[in-house]
Parts: sequence; C-alpha cells; structure tokens
Amino acid sequence: MSSESENPLLQVRDLRATYSVRGSFFDRLRGREAGSVKAVDGASFDVRRGEVLGVVGESGSGKTTLGRTLLGLVEASGGSIVFDGQEIAGLSESLFRTLRKRLQIVFQDPHASLNPAMTIGTAVSDPLRFHGLAEDKEAVVAKVEAALERVGLAPAAQFMSKYPGDLSGGQKQRVVLARAIILEPDVLIADEPISMLDMSVRAKILELMLELKDELDLTYVYITHDLATAKFFCDRIAIMYLGRIVEQGPAEEIYRDPKHPYTQALLRAIPNPDPTSTVPRDLPRGEVPDAVQPPLGCNFHPRCPKAFEVCGWESRDLRALLEARWTKLSEAEFEEERAMVGGLEGLDVAATEAVLEPGTEGTPEDAGNMLGRLKAQDPDDPFWKGVEKTSTEEDGAHVRFHKPVEPRSLEVGGAIVECHLHDPEAIEAAERLRAGAGSADGQDDPV
Amino acid sequence: MREAVLEAKDLRVWYATETDPVRAVDGVTLDIRPGETLGLVGESGCGKSTLGRALLGLTPDSAGVSGQVLYDGRDLTEVTPKEMRELRGPELGLIFQEPMTRLNPLISVEKHFFETLKAHEPGLSKDEMRVRSLEALAGMGIPPTRFGQFPHEFSGGMRQRIMIALTLVLEPKVVVADEPTTALDVIVEAQILGILADLRKNFDAALLLITHNLGIVAEACDRVAVMYAGRIVEDGEARQVFSKPAHPYTRELLRSIISLQTKGLNYIPGAPPDLVDPPPGCRFHPRCPDAMKVCAEKFPIPITTADGQRVECWLHGPESEIPEGGTEQLAREEIATAEEA
Repeated sequence: MSSESENPLLQVRDLRATYSVRGSFFDRLRGREAGSVKAVDGASFDVRRGEVLGVVGESGSGKTTLGRTLLGLVEASGGSIVFDGQEIAGLSESLFRTLRKRLQIVFQDPHASLNPAMTIGTAVSDPLRFHGLAEDKEAVVAKVEAALERVGLAPAAQFMSKYPGDLSGGQKQRVVLARAIILEPDVLIADEPISMLDMSVRAKILELMLELKDELDLTYVYITHDLATAKFFCDRIAIMYLGRIVEQGPAEEIYRDPKHPYTQALLRAIPNPDPTSTVPRDLPRGEVPDAVQPPLGCNFHPRCPKAFEVCGWESRDLRALLEARWTKLSEAEFEEERAMVGGLEGLDVAATEAVLEPGTEGTPEDAGNMLGRLKAQDPDDPFWKGVEKTSTEEDGAHVRFHKPVEPRSLEVGGAIVECHLHDPEAIEAAERLRAGAGSADGQDDPV
Repeated sequence: MREAVLEAKDLRVWYATETDPVRAVDGVTLDIRPGETLGLVGESGCGKSTLGRALLGLTPDSAGVSGQVLYDGRDLTEVTPKEMRELRGPELGLIFQEPMTRLNPLISVEKHFFETLKAHEPGLSKDEMRVRSLEALAGMGIPPTRFGQFPHEFSGGMRQRIMIALTLVLEPKVVVADEPTTALDVIVEAQILGILADLRKNFDAALLLITHNLGIVAEACDRVAVMYAGRIVEDGEARQVFSKPAHPYTRELLRSIISLQTKGLNYIPGAPPDLVDPPPGCRFHPRCPDAMKVCAEKFPIPITTADGQRVECWLHGPESEIPEGGTEQLAREEIATAEEA
C-alpha cells in the first residue's frame, strides 16, 4: 500500500445519486410529483492507489448505484468525485468516455456481460476499437492474447474464436476481466464479480483478481453483499444501508470490533460452515424499508435492537409493532383486537405524533387499551424508549415521540460510524429526556 | 431411528439430447425421515435440482426415469398423473427459489390461499380457510392485516415467506425447498432459515433443503447428502460430515468455502464432468488429490464408515474389491484453466 501522505486516487465527498420514481397511473394523470429515491445519500470516502475498498451492503443499499456513479454510468446529483486530482462528478458523457480507459467495471453476471454472438477475441478487443486503439491488427491480436493469458485462459489461441456459450461461468468471468484490463486501467470497479459463480471457483477468481492487482498495479472498489469474501479481499470496508455509509474503516478494525448495530447484525447472520454453529436467533426484525420513504432519524432504527430515544421513532414503527403482535395471536384474538382500533393507514405517513383511531364501534379508550396491551407485552422493546407521551383524546389514543435526530459521522477508534450509540451528544440528549420524563408532566396515561 | 417417510432407490433421471442422454441423476439411493432436515449440496449441474423434483414426481415428460421413489407404500415413479396431482400439495410440497415469479400478480394473497385450499381441501368453509391461511402466514411472520394485499405490495423476503406459507398451509409431510433463500439478503435468509428450523419441530415435516451454501447446511440441517455428477457421494449426520468428511470431494468443497475464518484461498481444480459421458471409475477421480489407480478403473462401492457416513470412495474400501496395486497413487494429468468450472 502507498504512504498515507500521498493523495488518494479517488476522493469522494458527499456524493449523491437520486432516481425519480414513477408514481401510479392516477398520480401521473393528476400530474402529481411521484417522489424520488436517494440511492446514494451523501457518501464520503477515499481510495488510495493499490488499495481494495469493499463496499458492502444488502440489496437496495445503493452499493451498485455508488459504483456506477463513480464511472458516470449514473449521473451524480450532488457532491464531488476527485479522480487522480481531477473533478469528474458531472462530466459530460463524452469526457467520461475517455476517462473510462482508466476506470473500468466488471459486472456480476458474466453471462449477461458478454454478447453471445461475439467471439471471445472480438469481445476482448472491443474496448481497443472503441477507444480508437485498434489500427494495427497484429498488435490488437497480440494484446488480446496477452490479456487472455494474463487471466489464465491459456493457450489464448484456443479461446479467441470461441463463443461465450462454449465457456463455463468461471471462464466467462475471466474473459470479462481480460476485457476490463486490456486498456490498462488504474481503477477496477468489481460489482459482485464472484457471487454468480459456484463455490468451488469463487476462490480461484478472487485469487486471479489479487494477482492482477499486484501485476498491473490496480486499485479495486469491490462491491459485494458478502462480508466473508470482503474480509479476505479488502483493505478497507464501507458498510452501506439505505443509501448511507453507516460504518467505514480498515477491514481489520471493522471485523474485530464492528461498531454499528447493522454491521454487527450482518456479521452475525452470515451462515457459518462450522458444524457447531446454529441459526442465529437474535437477528434484527423486518427487512430493509422502502427507500422512497426512508425512516425518520437513523435509517436502521426500526430494526435496531439498541435504538433509543433520539433515533427517530415515529408513527410507522407503531404500526409495525402492532402487526408484529398480531402475527402471534390466534385468529379470534386478532379479530377482537383489530376491532378495538380503526384504520391503520393514518400511521403510514411518517410523523412524530401518531393517532391510533378507535374502531367504528369502539371508543378512544379502546384504542388506549390496545396501546396498553401492546406495551404490557414487551415494555422493554426499544420502541417505548422513543415514546415521549401517550394520551387518550377524542379522536383516539395519541402517541408522541421524541424528536428524531439524524446521526452524524463520527470517528470512533479508527473507524467512521454513523450511530447515536457512539455520539456523546446524542447519549446526553437521551439522558436529559429520561430525567425529564421522570419528573415533569404526570399527564402520561397509565399505559 | 424413525422410519423413512420418503425413500429413493437406485433412482435415475436422464434427459434426451441430440447425441447420448444426459444422466442428471444416476443411481441415487436416499431416504428422509419425519422431522428431519436433509441438506442436499453440490456444484451447479450436479443434478441436485433434478433429484429434488424427481422425488416429487415433477420430472418433465421428456425425461426418462427409472428406479423407485417410495412414499406411503406407493412408488411415485409409477402412480398416474392424477394420483400424483392429489399427492402434491397435501402430502408433498415444493418451495422454489424465485418467489417473484411464482405468485400471480393479479390476485391477492387471500385469493392465492383460498384457491390452494379449495383445490386440495374442497370441504372447508370460508371461515375455516381464513383461519388456516392466517395461521400459516402468521407462522411466517406475515401480519393478518396484510391478507388482502397483492404480491407487489410485499418485499422479496415477504414474498418468499408467503410462498412458504402457501406450501405449508396444506400441511405436507415432505417439503422440498430448492435454494429457498438464495435470492434473499443475508439477514432475511437467516430469519427464514430460523423459521424453517422451527417448522420441522412444530409440524414434524421432513424437509429436503437443496443449496449450494454449505454454511446454511451446517446451521440448518440434521443430515447432509453431497452430490457429485449425478451420484450421492457422501451421506451422513451433518456435524460428522463437516468435522470429518469421508469423501475427498466433500473435504475439498468444505475447504473451498470463503468464510469469516478463511485465511487462505483453496479451490477444486477442473470442472464437474460432462454428464453425457462421465469419466470411468469414480467420477471425481480426475480432480481428486487422493486418487488411486483403482479409482480410474472401477466404480466405487457404497460403504458405511466407522463414523456412520455412507460414502462412495475407494479410500474406505472394501479392500477385498481393490485389485492388486490398485491403491498406488494415480499419476494425475495437469488440469488447465481451459477445463475449469
């Protein structure tokens, strides 16, 4: 690895990429704004020359969009990407094209990355033609052969006239790698390069990528959902969740001492080929939420076992908690409780004050009782920490939540973490809220 | 030990091609017991999906089938299509890999359940169907409030849970799950595996879990069958197989996993053989680091090791069947990348 003082090869600051979402047919008829998804929501990181940065996240985390934005395949909607001293965010497509000689990408699916009607020789020489470097035919053949042999497809002559259909999955991914390195790029963005391959060949392709890195002085951005291969392959790790990098740092640090509860959960969930291990039971509940309407406060709070007062509790969390309870009741018990409250749709709009309406034949007190049952079931659920006050009013049971606070990026023991658990100010704020709740208004219903 | 609920005996399935047939399942003997989760692992193209389907009588018409699949005193390779349809669902269930493609986008979850129940248990009243459906969904963590919604209103993980609930609502005795979590994220995958683990305790169903992920087998299965080139090469208690693999293929497959404990990269050279014309003798011998002369000449005889694994490998004998000089190391041909998987 290069020295710390050297400027990073890639310097990304507050990078944003937004997709607009098409609404329903009726929304479009009425000309209503449909909203947008912040696929990448303020990503900042450096990649030094010769380094492997692992961008790790689940589907919908924005990791693929992040990789494509670095190459200009997705337009950055904000922020900056400095590549080797030059600002490249927002460059025109034609300027980006010349840049792609130095920045290449390998996609997940080698079958889809190769044109089935193109021979391997043509496919690998294609970048040369595209960039106008294919005047001398003999030189092109020599370059293609060298690239194929470099990725282990030797003797190259045997592969030149073959078609993708003649090759196995591992061989195809080697061809894709040959095509990516033929222009001698500086940076290779590898988007899940081995996840479509069989277990028995994954290690081989990873090994090849490590060899290529050393021989060709490459810098990698390795995009993956797999923390196990990332641990082996990467120098630094950035963990993404719903568009944000929630934790980043040296790989060794991240695996030894994961600081974000999401990182901790990901590490716990990896199936372990150790015969004494069992399916983990203490997993975060639910799934990655809808990115069009991300949670208030911290994106991970609805699933976080350690969330507290200021993490962003809101109306939708109340609905989730109710529904989780109802999956555990018998059908008759569910019908009884369902009748105690009215429509739940009101809870679907993010708000820090939720109203649990009474059912058509119920009273506001019924709705309050429902809330009481919910709390009695598990008073230690992190949700209740987020509740500032409950009260029964004419229109139903009201739940007021503490004000959400967006987590900040903070340096913690060699890593950068976005989590209130590591933010002394957030912890102090929560302590003040707890102390206040003990004394101030005794209006709280005995829920 | 409990009696097997489903038993395959010398099962073979082959597909016709322009030349010789592809023998996807080539003489498999395997059983599964009630309340047991059996993991079926192997590289792609080893025949594991074909085997899973053949156990449920789901091979395409064009495929050839021989041998027996015994269920409840009947041979499933011989029952009529009508009888098979009656068995599928209430007796034998299948969970697919891609939940997105298996639900009808035009009908609600409620209707999916009602149609399934109506087809297989026509006597049920609407209320009974509702109770059964909600119970199955709740078991998968889908709240009853979402019963009337349509497939597109659910996330991928929830759709897979709905699919599993749709299989389980009929309370089948045997469930074949073909890579049920492969398309899902790791946390959701672990959630669903947890649910499947509870299931076999609560329902006493036998579960055949087909996967390429050995980590999942270690965590979720009681027993594991390792498949290579159409054959089960090792079959035994999961803990035993993982801690002391008897077949060199199992051992090398375990070594090639990249886990959090991985310190160095290992892989199996070469590729699984062509199932039209597999190598003579043991099918793994061209890739096997321990291959002996006999391995290239004679098909290995299934044998049970002292630790209880059933294995097809000459390393475990029987010695009386190995010709003189057969245990000498086999001179191995160099395997080029040109032949890799």
